[in-house]
Amino acid sequence: MKSASEIAEQVRSGASSAAAELDAALDVVRARNEELNVFLYVDEPGARAQADRIDEAVSRGDWVGPLAGVPIALKDNLCQEGVPTTCSSRILEGWRPPYSATVIERLLLAGAVPVGKTNLDEFAMGSSTETSAFGPTRNPLDPSRVPGGSSGGSAAAVAAGMTPISLGSDTGGSIRQPAALCGLVGVKPTYGLVSRYGLIAFASSLDQIGPFARNVTDAALLLETVAGHDPMDSTSLPEPSPDLVSHVNDGVAGKRIGYVPELVDGADEAIIASVRAAIEVLTEAGAQIVELSIPELRLGLSAYYLIAPAEASSNLARYDGVRYGLRINADDVAAMNEATRTAGFGAEVKRRIMLGTYALSAGYYDAYYGQALKVRTQMIDAFKRAYREVDLLIGATTPSVAFPFGSKTKDPMTMYLSDVFTIPTNLAGEAALSVPFGTGEAGLPVGVQLLGPGRSEAQLFAAARVLERAQGEP
Amino acid sequence: MTIPENWETVIGLEVHTELKTTTKMFCGCANAFGSEPNTNICPVCLGLPGSLPVLNERAVDLAMAIGIALHCTIAPSTFHRKNYFYPDMPKDFQISQYDLPINSRGYLDLRDGTRVSIERAHLEEDTGKSTHLGGSGRLHGADRSLVDYNRSGVPLVEIVSGPDIRSSAQAKLYASELRAILIATGASDGRMEEGSMRIDANVSVRRVGDELGTRCEIKNLNSLRSLQRAIDYEALRQVELLVEGGVVRQETRHWDEILGETSTMRTKEEAEDYRYFREPDLVDLAPDQAWQERVRASLPPMPAERRAALIARLETPSEAQLDAVETVIDLGLDPMVHAALDAGVESSLALARAANELAAGVDSLHNLTGEAFAATLAMEQRGELSATQAKSVLGELLASGGDPRAVASEKGFEQLSTDSLGATVASLIDQYPDEWARYLEGDDKLAQFFIGQVMKQTRGQANGKSVIAELQARR
Amino acid sequence: MSSPLTRDEVAHVAELARLSLSDEELDLFTVQLGQVLEHAADMSTLELSDVEATAHPFGLINVTRADELRPSLDRDVVLAMAPDARDGRFAVPRIMGEAP
Repeated sequence: MKSASEIAEQVRSGASSAAAELDAALDVVRARNEELNVFLYVDEPGARAQADRIDEAVSRGDWVGPLAGVPIALKDNLCQEGVPTTCSSRILEGWRPPYSATVIERLLLAGAVPVGKTNLDEFAMGSSTETSAFGPTRNPLDPSRVPGGSSGGSAAAVAAGMTPISLGSDTGGSIRQPAALCGLVGVKPTYGLVSRYGLIAFASSLDQIGPFARNVTDAALLLETVAGHDPMDSTSLPEPSPDLVSHVNDGVAGKRIGYVPELVDGADEAIIASVRAAIEVLTEAGAQIVELSIPELRLGLSAYYLIAPAEASSNLARYDGVRYGLRINADDVAAMNEATRTAGFGAEVKRRIMLGTYALSAGYYDAYYGQALKVRTQMIDAFKRAYREVDLLIGATTPSVAFPFGSKTKDPMTMYLSDVFTIPTNLAGEAALSVPFGTGEAGLPVGVQLLGPGRSEAQLFAAARVLERAQGEP
Repeated sequence: MTIPENWETVIGLEVHTELKTTTKMFCGCANAFGSEPNTNICPVCLGLPGSLPVLNERAVDLAMAIGIALHCTIAPSTFHRKNYFYPDMPKDFQISQYDLPINSRGYLDLRDGTRVSIERAHLEEDTGKSTHLGGSGRLHGADRSLVDYNRSGVPLVEIVSGPDIRSSAQAKLYASELRAILIATGASDGRMEEGSMRIDANVSVRRVGDELGTRCEIKNLNSLRSLQRAIDYEALRQVELLVEGGVVRQETRHWDEILGETSTMRTKEEAEDYRYFREPDLVDLAPDQAWQERVRASLPPMPAERRAALIARLETPSEAQLDAVETVIDLGLDPMVHAALDAGVESSLALARAANELAAGVDSLHNLTGEAFAATLAMEQRGELSATQAKSVLGELLASGGDPRAVASEKGFEQLSTDSLGATVASLIDQYPDEWARYLEGDDKLAQFFIGQVMKQTRGQANGKSVIAELQARR
Repeated sequence: MSSPLTRDEVAHVAELARLSLSDEELDLFTVQLGQVLEHAADMSTLELSDVEATAHPFGLINVTRADELRPSLDRDVVLAMAPDARDGRFAVPRIMGEAP
């Protein structure tokens, strides 16, 4: 399968065309979407128009961008003008945004060809894509298992060979975890590196949009293309997009990398083994590994499961049947709000809204939400202290490989526990990625997680590249 | 009816003012009154999924201007979300400021010498507007409502006073002084009837010397007169209730202008739980000294200063002149008066023309320069124009600008030459010999008679003083 | 084992959030929310009175935009997505009660 970089080069040089690449992508979509339920919506007319535009520009000798002709899948919590955007929820079924997210505008400018919108856990709340109102997505590597979540569809699109790259969003691990479960590179960028304008909010202080790809260079290319300051997002970092692709082969010589026990405790043996093997590779490549315990990380899960639902309860209040989306009529507007939201939201979303409302409510704010914010500060400080000792951290991405459908849905906590290694980075607002390394149970892929301070993406990619090359990836 | 002697009313006022920015608080939609419904909206002020707020720099400037004018401390501040469901709120939360407002701990001095504390003046966004169908057009009894989001996201500053006001008259003083300040800073146009300035009153009563009583919030006050009437009504209601042994319930009450009474808006067992938390989509606001200085330096003099500056130029002003000063300050006409005083125009003339003629044409003030105003009055003072003529010239200048002499000339207000005036007087003396004889004998009342006749003959174009001079010369 | 939150509290919270729950859901959510809160108990014992919440992880402040007009949305586009629109406005069933 061609990489995104290869496709772009070939389209620019005329060796291939955007139309041909789109055809190839759509062939795979047609062949596998029904079984895997990756795409909720395929925008063939839009994709063809964009592909034609790119091909015409190439034939005129005009500039086309770094992703010229590259098909891309977009998580369905990204607003794309005129295209159904549902967040996998009945409450937004049929809604077409009148505007596009900043990342999508940047993608179009770069010549990418959005193929369609992918399935997710409803409103990005979940770790398996099982809470989608439109059915789960199946892991292309083993369709009896989950692809992970919440960006399961975007991960599956790439893992199934439908598109070489895709965009997802990560609030507590929703890119990294599916990447690990599907054998892909997945990145949660530094908070503020990528604009959130047009990303339908789950937890505003934690959400970030990021790339899925089959290799490190493609992930870097995609991230570079969409990153950089956006005046439409007040929390966006002031700098322009960093150079990432040009540093992918920097290596790790002289880097200090911390191995964090709290980031492997409780993981399957095979996963711990993969992390250890990765450490050896990095050592061979000139890095110095030290063991570095960060006990504060253990509080991450508790803090996250108060902060994220609290923000979500407020972000999802707007779905009230008044201006767009589902409306279930009633005699008065409050009853209409209630009927609409009750019918429109699934159980997990309701659970989190109520948990969040409770955590913020009068009399409980200090004990729950207020306390969680302080724990978050402690985590930020703990990471700061760690990064005075080392450049990067390493651990597992997930406690297990892809799990069978229904195996973690008995009670919410079981599912929440699968985020234990990814959550701390979101709380701290820092950067992390998952890179495939080794296999586990049933030959399923394992992801190794690399973490770094804010704005350290270039270093993360360089380290991930070392691991990628060690596995024979070109 | 007023409350009994040994009781006092305690009033705090919450004033919301829309800010005179070009665009809304968090987006680039027009901040305009009276547009077609839902034509000034975008993903941000409509709260569409995925939208994000970005703070309007000018709204911050104006909020600081208000804070400085009210002697507040400007401090680093954050934004909070106030969460509740209501159809005119597109996000079902309002972005406001909670425990860390931009301005706090200021004061406003009233003309009666009272200093009213200003607890805070913070930034927040406005909601949309709903109109109600069916029923009387009021909320209750309506079976459907229609919502217009043009106003949603308009920047507001909410100014909260301490409970330092002690009467409805003082409340009116506070409100009008605050309005003058808001207009002077350029932050607001103070139009209560258009809703760009809204007042809610917190009213409680107590026997003098007692602890503060339970307060009620009164809403729907659309004019300063309503403010006064509502406070008087509510104070009396509360006193009567307490005197009978009842208890004042803490609640929000609606003022009905037609019925002249306040009534409970809704019975709720509990207060709303707004679940305030820091707005994660905005970053903190910490205007540095340089920014604060820029705002301070750009502020024009405030009403109190301007009032003092004008009064200082009046020698023993009468009640009527002080009233005129109020009108002049309220309407921002003092630069005109100063220009006239500078040109040697006598103060009662300058004040009278400003408080009457200019006040009447205040919407076209931009056509008139201070020089033109001063020159017109100087002509009147010198006798070159009669009072009627001067007012006519001012009217013309307000309508279309221009030079006073040219306007006077166009209107045919030419100075009657002494010869032609003399000829007119002479012919009148011939026409009315008996009246002339009595005047010569010392009956000064007849001077009025002759002036009237001269005016009739010259169609009002003679200058009164000149006529008197002519008559006296012939005595 | 008693839950950190009562069924009544869950009912109240559902009301605040404009959600209506069946009796079974009320029972189930009381248990499930209780489990999450119990897990969070590891935080409640910490002495953190000296610790402040963090605003932005990289200390961004004073992000503003110039007071300049930008194009608004076409009203027809906006109203086309409304469940009920009349006379250029969004229509809703009657509102019981004034805005807070």
